[in-house]
Amino acid sequence: MPAVCPTTLARAAQIRKLLRGRDRDLFQVVFITLDPERDTPEVLDAYVKAFDPTFTALTGTPEEIAAVAKEFKVFYEKVPAGDTYTISHSSTSYVYDTRGTLRLSLGHSLNAKECAEDLVTLMEIC
Amino acid sequence: MSMQPIKRGLAALVLMGLALPALAQTTVSDAWVRASVPHQQSTGAFMVLTASSDSKLVGVASPVAKTVQVHEMTMNGDVMGMREVKAVELPAGKAVTLDPNGLHVMLMGLHNQVKEGDKVPLTLTIEDAKGAKETLEVQAQVRALNADAGGGHDHMHMNH
Repeated sequence: MPAVCPTTLARAAQIRKLLRGRDRDLFQVVFITLDPERDTPEVLDAYVKAFDPTFTALTGTPEEIAAVAKEFKVFYEKVPAGDTYTISHSSTSYVYDTRGTLRLSLGHSLNAKECAEDLVTLMEIC
Repeated sequence: MSMQPIKRGLAALVLMGLALPALAQTTVSDAWVRASVPHQQSTGAFMVLTASSDSKLVGVASPVAKTVQVHEMTMNGDVMGMREVKAVELPAGKAVTLDPNGLHVMLMGLHNQVKEGDKVPLTLTIEDAKGAKETLEVQAQVRALNADAGGGHDHMHMNH
């Protein structure tokens, strides 16, 4: 979470600022940790709320996280780094509508403005 | 005859003038650390390094963390990873940026929360082309957790 996730969470916070009115109210960011052993619920909650107080973080047992990752087709693996490790993982954010249908995936290379434009278009047609 | 000491003094100054450029010198600018929340285990440190002669950054240490490593962010398709880098090349006169989207310093196993506005001491070990090592003390400013990543995303767009 230290280097990758701040970039993605900072983008999510910017996207929220770019949205207006009802679009902003409907925009809910949910961050799911891939490292439940290291990221405690307290740290996760404080971490995501440092980007935007409306953000929510989820965690679970390593088995639950593995099952969720599989469902989302998220790839992740532990990579040893000296006496510790890092986690490599896919970097796409997924957008679901209020009924729980997957509508959009936001690749890492898109900036906040591009994401917000896609979201506004999506909210107009859905 | 009384001129002698002055001449010697001038000769010494000239020698010093010649010797100075041979000393490897590295300057560090815009050093900052991303703030952490209480009990967060790691965070990143970022800066711009410019060496006067071909050198390498071969180590970083800090009293705020148990382990300090230089990492490189890698993108393999959609999969983002972090790889430890043992040395960062600092070509003469070229500003090398350590930012959240590329090479950066990871402070792992933080002893305490790193708060916005604090200063984090970093000791950089630089090795010149002859293998001589020097250490540089840097005080990195702690910026907000959500501080801008440094325009890396825009860079990626320019490559599209």
